[in-house]
Amino acid sequence: MSLFSAQNLTKSFGGVAAVRGVSLSVDAGEMVALIGPNGAGKSSCFAMLGGQIAPDRGAIGLDGQPLSGSPLDFARAGVARSFQIAKIFASMSVRENVQTALLAAHRRLWRFWRAADTQAMAEADTLLARVGLSTLAEQDAATLAYGDTKRLELAIALAARPRVLLLDEPTAGMARPERRAAMQLIASLAADGIAVLFTEHDMDAVFGFASRILVMDRGRLVAEGSPAEIAADPVVQAVYLGTPDGSQPRAAGLSAGA
Amino acid sequence: MLSTLAIQALTGLASASSLFLVASGLSVIFGVTRVVNFAHGSLCMLGAYLGWSVLSRLPHDPASFAAGVVMASLGVALFGAALEATLLRRLYRAPALLQLLATFAVLLVMQDGVQHIWGPADLPLPRGVWLRSFVPLLGERFPFYDLILIAIGPLVLLALWMVMARTRFGVLLRAATENRDMLSALGVDERFLFTAVFALGAGLAGLGGALSLPENSANLGIDLRVVTDAFVVVVVGGMGSIAGAYLAAVLVGVMQAMGILLLPKASLVLVFVLMALVLVLRPQGVLGQKQTQENDGERFHRVRAAPPWQRIAGLAVVLLALAVGLAGGDFARSVLEEMAIAVLFAASLHVLLGPGGMISFGHAAWFGIGAYAVALTTSTLAAPLPLALLAGVLAAGAVAAIVGLVLVRLSGVSLAMLTLAFAQIAWAVATQWSEVTGGDDGILGIWPPSGLGARLFFLLCLCLSVGGVLLLRRALFAPFGYALRASRDAASRAAASGIDGAKLRLAAFALAGAAAGLAGGLSTFSKGSVFPGSLAIFRSVDALAMVLLGGVQSMVGPVVGALAYTGLFDTLLLASDYWRALLGITLLALILWRPQGLVK
Repeated sequence: MSLFSAQNLTKSFGGVAAVRGVSLSVDAGEMVALIGPNGAGKSSCFAMLGGQIAPDRGAIGLDGQPLSGSPLDFARAGVARSFQIAKIFASMSVRENVQTALLAAHRRLWRFWRAADTQAMAEADTLLARVGLSTLAEQDAATLAYGDTKRLELAIALAARPRVLLLDEPTAGMARPERRAAMQLIASLAADGIAVLFTEHDMDAVFGFASRILVMDRGRLVAEGSPAEIAADPVVQAVYLGTPDGSQPRAAGLSAGA
Repeated sequence: MLSTLAIQALTGLASASSLFLVASGLSVIFGVTRVVNFAHGSLCMLGAYLGWSVLSRLPHDPASFAAGVVMASLGVALFGAALEATLLRRLYRAPALLQLLATFAVLLVMQDGVQHIWGPADLPLPRGVWLRSFVPLLGERFPFYDLILIAIGPLVLLALWMVMARTRFGVLLRAATENRDMLSALGVDERFLFTAVFALGAGLAGLGGALSLPENSANLGIDLRVVTDAFVVVVVGGMGSIAGAYLAAVLVGVMQAMGILLLPKASLVLVFVLMALVLVLRPQGVLGQKQTQENDGERFHRVRAAPPWQRIAGLAVVLLALAVGLAGGDFARSVLEEMAIAVLFAASLHVLLGPGGMISFGHAAWFGIGAYAVALTTSTLAAPLPLALLAGVLAAGAVAAIVGLVLVRLSGVSLAMLTLAFAQIAWAVATQWSEVTGGDDGILGIWPPSGLGARLFFLLCLCLSVGGVLLLRRALFAPFGYALRASRDAASRAAASGIDGAKLRLAAFALAGAAAGLAGGLSTFSKGSVFPGSLAIFRSVDALAMVLLGGVQSMVGPVVGALAYTGLFDTLLLASDYWRALLGITLLALILWRPQGLVK
């Protein structure tokens, strides 16, 4: 039994089928990449896995327990995520961002007396050190460079001590050396026992770090396997490059794991 | 009975038509420009006055009536175009709060302008015979003119639909409503389109105003009454949806007409209950598109605790007030009490506007509920002062919590519009439920017990006001305030981290309501009386002006703003006959030249 799994996820937006029957699973310590061309349905999949949108059909399970409801329910069950365009709390310092997330994780938000910026400081600094933002702790979060904003969002996500981490394009907008560092950091999180699922357009990041790769096209999973298997898979090549006669492949009839 | 009901329903349909004309204009303008035009009721009022001027000079036959109504409508359209080109154009990039306040300032200026030109008296239209005629219907006599009104609503809806579906202007309009970036990509002159849309919306409002003349006179109360109803209609129908506006107008019109017949006492509350029901089931309105809670690119500044010099200055101000109040006379004390109360009132609104990210245009409701609760517990239950004040705080907080249950689900301008609508309903209840509230005469003689003495009450007032502000401040710098702010800064990020934004906003709403209720309760004892004016829209706008004057971004802003406002503007403005226009012009000047406020 995998730690985090989804069966037959299906979602349509006003007649457009964005995700059609996707099943997947991620185990603790695994680092799984979800790839596919633009519009393949990755983001919709992520939104369902994070609780942001409810699937039309299908089920999500964490540790054998069914998981549904609002993003709050997902967060409290131990699923954390980052967004494609990193979102942080702009009216706070870098450290306060993490402190707020920690207070939320500790269920200590409904306090009206003691100043928040004196609470959970050490824990916040540990997290900031882990993502490499120690020197910027006092800075206004709104003034961070984009790569640092992504790192801060990761620290916010980690504050919940998640069992599952969903990362939507964790290296988007980063320079090449920065990307490598970011992927190594994420790999170390997986090594700590977190189940990591990420989407990514940078193929070096995907093939260099993923332990397993899922390929989506037009709402379906069309391939699944190790980086080596995926690299050699003709279906995957067709998805990204088109078939020799120039037509797009038909996803129907191709089973996952081909 | 059944035929009476049917006739009443038809009367409701007739009033729905004029309501729809105004609301559709508001909706079209909002759809394209994303500005909620608070002055829309004023355009309707202008249509009524222009219509009166034209029609009272024309012969009283139907053809002249039609011509006169069209002329008035065109006149308002022209005025609207001029208004857009000179003022509103500058506001498109401003935050929603400033847009609302600026268009409210236009309402203020227009009210004094209209009064200056046409005078304060109601102007009834001399009606031709055909306007006074009846037709037999279901065994009763039904006004012929109401039948015309009933027909006009669907006709205008049809005409708008034709314009939208069949003309290039309509295509551009829809494109602008659905995707603004597409416009520039299409190479459309945005400026012309926006002016034309505003003229169209203004013309519709003017038409509604002119058409209402035979049944209501041209009067100075049209603007606020109409814009409040139009806000409810637009939000219930769905922002930007014209068909939704018609449905909601019919719903509200018929509901009001039936309510007068069936539950005359509760007809005002009925509209609010209807609104609440629709919005609980469909927060985006009957035919509206789902809105996201995410803030629309508004930039939030780092919030920091006040530096030491500001704390020392604050302490010095409090000590100074204490010295002057204890040494000085009754007049000095009453001014200082008013200032202290204003500071608490402004600080409570800041909780919503700043960290809460909620635009409230009806904050006076909580102030007024607190004020009335104190007056009523003192006069009818003879409650001692501490209990009366506690009742004020609890009443305001509890009502805010209940109303908040419905309202915090809304975002941005919808919330602003419905807080206003609720406050207007509360105000109407205070003026009309005279057995309990004393109506316009208010409740008099609510002084603190004679044993307390003027000095001691002043001390109490100062302590509670300053203490209230400090308590609010603590909450905002405690985890509660950070979580509230986190949800405002990035709603989906906060939710993904397990922060329940809706629940926090509800708590903030109740907290701000309770604090405003304390301010209201203190004001009752300070003035010895309470009047419906304590819940009027002007009271809400006072608070908004105070917060705006000082700046929304910091806790210090509203405090400074409240002091400056009560000290300076209040005195200057009230000294003039044209205080509305002066306040309006001051607000506009502030918004255009100093949108960040005085502090910062």
